[in-house]
Amino acid sequence: MNCANNIVLEIDGRPVSVPCGTSVLTAAAQLGVNIPKLCVTESLKAFGSCRLCLVEIEGRRGTPASCTTPAEAGMKVTTQSPRLAKLRRGTMELYISDHPLDCLTCATNGDCELQEMAGVVGLREVRYGHAGRNHLQAAKDESNPYFTFDPAKCIVCSRCVRACEEVQGTFALTIEGRGFASKVAAGSSSFLDSECVSCGACVQVCPTATLVEKTVIEHGQPERSVLTTCAYCGVGCTFEAELQGNEVVRMTPWADGKANHGHSCVKGRFAWGYATHKERILKPMIRARITDPWREVTWAEAIGHAAAEFRRLQASYGKGSIGGITSSRCTNEETYLVQKMIRAAFGNNNVDTCARVCHSPTGYGLRTAFGTSAGTQDFDSVDEADVVMVIGANPTDAHPVFASRLKRRLRSGAKLIVIDPRRIDLVESPHVKAAYHLPLRPGTNVAVINALAHVVVTEGLLNDAYVSERCELPGFERWSSFVAEERNSPEATEHLTGVAAADLRAAARLYAKGPNSAIYYGLGVTEHSQGSTMVMGMANLAMATGNLGRAGVGVNPLRGQNNVQGACDMGSFPHEFSGYRHVSDDPTRRLFEEAWQVPLLNEPGLRIPNMLDAALDGTFRGIYIEGEDIAQSDPNTKHVTAALAAMECVVVQDLFLNETASFAHVFLPGCSFLEKDGTFTNAERRIGRVRKAMPPKNGMADWEITMALSEALGYPMHYAHPSEIMDEIARLTPTFAGVSYEKLDRLGSVQWPCNDKAPEGTPVMHVGGVARGKGRFMITEFVPTEERTTPRFPLLLTTGRILSQYNVGAQTRRTSNVVWHEEDLLEIHPHDAEYRGIEDGDLVALMSRAGETTLRAHLTERMQPGVVYTTFHHPESGANVVTTEFTDWATDCPEYKVTAVEIRKTSRPSDWQQRYAETRAETTLVGQDPGARRVSP
Amino acid sequence: MNIETMVHNANQIAAFFEAWPEEEAAAAVEDHLRKFWEPRMRTQILEYAKQGGTGLSRLASAGISRLMPA
Repeated sequence: MNCANNIVLEIDGRPVSVPCGTSVLTAAAQLGVNIPKLCVTESLKAFGSCRLCLVEIEGRRGTPASCTTPAEAGMKVTTQSPRLAKLRRGTMELYISDHPLDCLTCATNGDCELQEMAGVVGLREVRYGHAGRNHLQAAKDESNPYFTFDPAKCIVCSRCVRACEEVQGTFALTIEGRGFASKVAAGSSSFLDSECVSCGACVQVCPTATLVEKTVIEHGQPERSVLTTCAYCGVGCTFEAELQGNEVVRMTPWADGKANHGHSCVKGRFAWGYATHKERILKPMIRARITDPWREVTWAEAIGHAAAEFRRLQASYGKGSIGGITSSRCTNEETYLVQKMIRAAFGNNNVDTCARVCHSPTGYGLRTAFGTSAGTQDFDSVDEADVVMVIGANPTDAHPVFASRLKRRLRSGAKLIVIDPRRIDLVESPHVKAAYHLPLRPGTNVAVINALAHVVVTEGLLNDAYVSERCELPGFERWSSFVAEERNSPEATEHLTGVAAADLRAAARLYAKGPNSAIYYGLGVTEHSQGSTMVMGMANLAMATGNLGRAGVGVNPLRGQNNVQGACDMGSFPHEFSGYRHVSDDPTRRLFEEAWQVPLLNEPGLRIPNMLDAALDGTFRGIYIEGEDIAQSDPNTKHVTAALAAMECVVVQDLFLNETASFAHVFLPGCSFLEKDGTFTNAERRIGRVRKAMPPKNGMADWEITMALSEALGYPMHYAHPSEIMDEIARLTPTFAGVSYEKLDRLGSVQWPCNDKAPEGTPVMHVGGVARGKGRFMITEFVPTEERTTPRFPLLLTTGRILSQYNVGAQTRRTSNVVWHEEDLLEIHPHDAEYRGIEDGDLVALMSRAGETTLRAHLTERMQPGVVYTTFHHPESGANVVTTEFTDWATDCPEYKVTAVEIRKTSRPSDWQQRYAETRAETTLVGQDPGARRVSP
Repeated sequence: MNIETMVHNANQIAAFFEAWPEEEAAAAVEDHLRKFWEPRMRTQILEYAKQGGTGLSRLASAGISRLMPA
């Protein structure tokens, strides 16, 4: 319907004005008239099947469903009449006649829309007894670890089917059969065996107890709730943690959450049980040698010991002989405190964060081009995109809630270009098909982006007005001449990239013509020796085509972990303070010196790889690691563990005895996100509150632990609550100047920059001009990685993530998510497997020049010949035993995505795996014999 | 620190700026090293360069030589 203004209609004799296109049901709700309903719910399109929301409309025959009837000007609607009441009661009677009458013992008693509607319509009797045909004996499907499907309670309203289609976009559910035989089906024999991704959208919308969380069945319904932010990926979904006392019963995605709009994935929705896992460590522990059993001690003894050791090391080996690592899993406030302690109490700048090994090139590249180290858009922006280019990212696995949003946009007409060595799910999935998949050879990103730019420049697809108005022209001229060179053409680079020139040209034209074209990218861009170059290459392309500074466009990193953006913002890198200001900048440094009352160094400190190298040459002796597991996540495991073993004092603060803790001398038990107060900043720069749902199980919040350590080092800090830490961040960081807990509570969340210029935050950056003044084009010469295939190592290994597991798996491995991923598999193209006599399920030795490990083979045509793939979620897999020390030229981000390897059939674990098992057995003992116990597998 | 790693990294940095005019490129390499390399690393690579700098690319050497105190 095409109308611009509101329309006025009359409902039950009262006028109401609503926007054109509003349903009668919604218009009535605006008046406070709640028409009975079952199949309609806010998150889904109206369906009109339940026959409860019937109304009478003057001058019209029958009783139309109000959910599917658009309001019209002058319409006179009646929502209550004897006829309507009778019809509704009759409908309810039919529903209830085929529904178990076990309300008092039902898991959703009191939280059931069917029960509520029976009351609303005044149902008092059911004339059709259960003696007739019914579905009451239908078998319950309990295969999914997190929820049950009880068809006996299903009213076939299709909400679950529609949620799977409209919200999640997986199309795993359907209505099977017709008439009385119609039923919800998950495709195959059970939910677990189906295409279902366990996002929980179906459970969320089910109006009965048909789909219900097992925790609710087991514990009953929650009695209180706390609004918080998910601690998994960089989407940063808002959840309601629903509890009984201090026990979580359910995590429910928050409809008003600005990042997720009420949607969730299997991790955030269900995989929170790790917080109470039996392997969680709750008492501080110390030991003299890493081969000694751990000894539980008081907080005072542990903190005092760590501080004394750090000071001893500094006295013996110099002030710069120690450092620390923060984590993207920590809150902004925790991260800020760690870097503050290191700069102020350690007296050096040896602080780094795990963003070093994932998105550090994003910070470098986008800052160089645009002036800010962050993605340009909010997630909502994708709704305005006409063309979406996904490069080196696998959103359906790693950022599922954003992927659902993206797929919805693609289903409604946007075009998709996928640039990835693997045929990821987005390339072709139900109702989504990429216009172009450019299956490039790993390590050739920059050649591809240059070729795309070549087409734009040489085929007259530049946005000259944007460039001349908003970019530095000398740099543009230099860049455009460079990319226009024939050697950068799709045809000239085809032999390097493996991408068909015609496809690349077509993709470039599609992107350039948009009109709104957006780039979304992941670690397949950054984790290369030219990661930073590629980020700049994408920025070049966006500027050249004018795809920056408005909704629907931009360059958008999909951050791996929940607070990658925040950890970077908070000054975790060794060269800069919060807000990305270099330590050598005198006015900035003076600001911090004044606030912190201590002199600060004006030189950059050591990055993580530098710390490890320095440990091996004896100049770096102690480290404080909060929430990070470098022994599993960082490349070349043997190098990392040798460096850790060479240190004299390794302090690990974590939930579990992780792999790094095997080399630790002090273990400080940390808190789960459910026990924290603070903030996370997601991939769209959105700062969201993390609210404490329960007291810290370890007795101390992480920020309090850091404060205690700092005090023991002679630098006391004085915060009574994390909100005071944020107040300090706001005082010292221009982009956070307007941020406060009061504002976050009031607005829900804000996106930085949030300051006087943008008091309620900035959803889209670079509007009206690029943040640094003028956009900067950089020459992005393709420099092939030195990690090349050879006759000895003829295949390329690339690593990544899957949906059910998260990063090193420390959390998700300790949940029922393991049913989907018990072990890391090696994906191999059938041709490569056949050539080596490998069959699906065989044990395979994976060898590189760095090391060897054994994995189980999974043959799939998702891979291109010559490329193999694995994940790193299980420590015993040793995926990073194989990856090498090569890094991004600018930031030292490891080149996880390109390792030359060979594979062969084997029958045993690798030597490393056998040693690993022995080391873990030796290093995870707590207490002396005879009472010693192992606390980690 | 492992000098081979440092030489490799310095050459990588230089390779990015290779397409720039010579003087500008050397300054960019120097700027990068000053901004991101811890002073001990700069001292070590500078000493290595002074002793011949085997394995360093021409541009890497040019950038490193600019780290020399005036």
